[in-house]
Amino acid sequence: MKIGVLVQEGPYNHEASDTAYNFIQAALEKGHEITGVFFYNDGVLNTTKLMDIPADDRHISKRWSELGAKGVQLIVCVAAAKRRGIVPDVLIENARIDGLGQLSELCIESDRFITFGD
Amino acid sequence: MEEQAPRKIMFVNRRAPHGQIYAYEGMEVVLIFGAYDQEISAVFLDDAVYSLKKGQDTSGIGTKEFSATFRVFEAYGVETVYVDKDALEQRGLTADDLVMDVEVVDSETIRTAMQNQDVLLPF
Repeated sequence: MKIGVLVQEGPYNHEASDTAYNFIQAALEKGHEITGVFFYNDGVLNTTKLMDIPADDRHISKRWSELGAKGVQLIVCVAAAKRRGIVPDVLIENARIDGLGQLSELCIESDRFITFGD
Repeated sequence: MEEQAPRKIMFVNRRAPHGQIYAYEGMEVVLIFGAYDQEISAVFLDDAVYSLKKGQDTSGIGTKEFSATFRVFEAYGVETVYVDKDALEQRGLTADDLVMDVEVVDSETIRTAMQNQDVLLPF
């Protein structure tokens, strides 16, 4: 099944990002296709490479970047990102900043579209 | 690739217009989706009904007052705007208090409409 994902909440402050990540891992293991992950609202904050996390905790942006390296497209909303200081200079590898039209495309091309938010 | 039928996409507005950014950023998504020729609808539940209230003044909190934007929804391809009847009544509001014409419906109608969607986008 082709599954699209929307992440609306920021890292650490809220579990939505963790749940989205774990869901995607499980879906991939089951053989599903992730059409893309769209980061919106405070969700864009998941994609900064400036995070500096204690060694005994998960590194959320690194984890997303590694997922991107496996071929899952990570799309960060440009308008939401600009508001929150997420610019290309601070963006994790394997993610891209793009427009809301990409969210629309994901909704259209996915069999299921799932939102992780508050 | 075979042309697929338009997707039924519903924006589910759940929160008050001010105090958090969800209502504003959700509205921005609706305006973009309108360009994609899908079957777009919106529903306003709970405190989200305040988003459509006439006569808002945000000067005291220094945020944008964007209620007028909802009036362009139809021009942007939003085919139906539902407002939860109970949510309006619980807040002492009627359809006359709103900035635009909407369909004031009961929760059963909203439930059925939601079941008919391909995608629900909550804000």
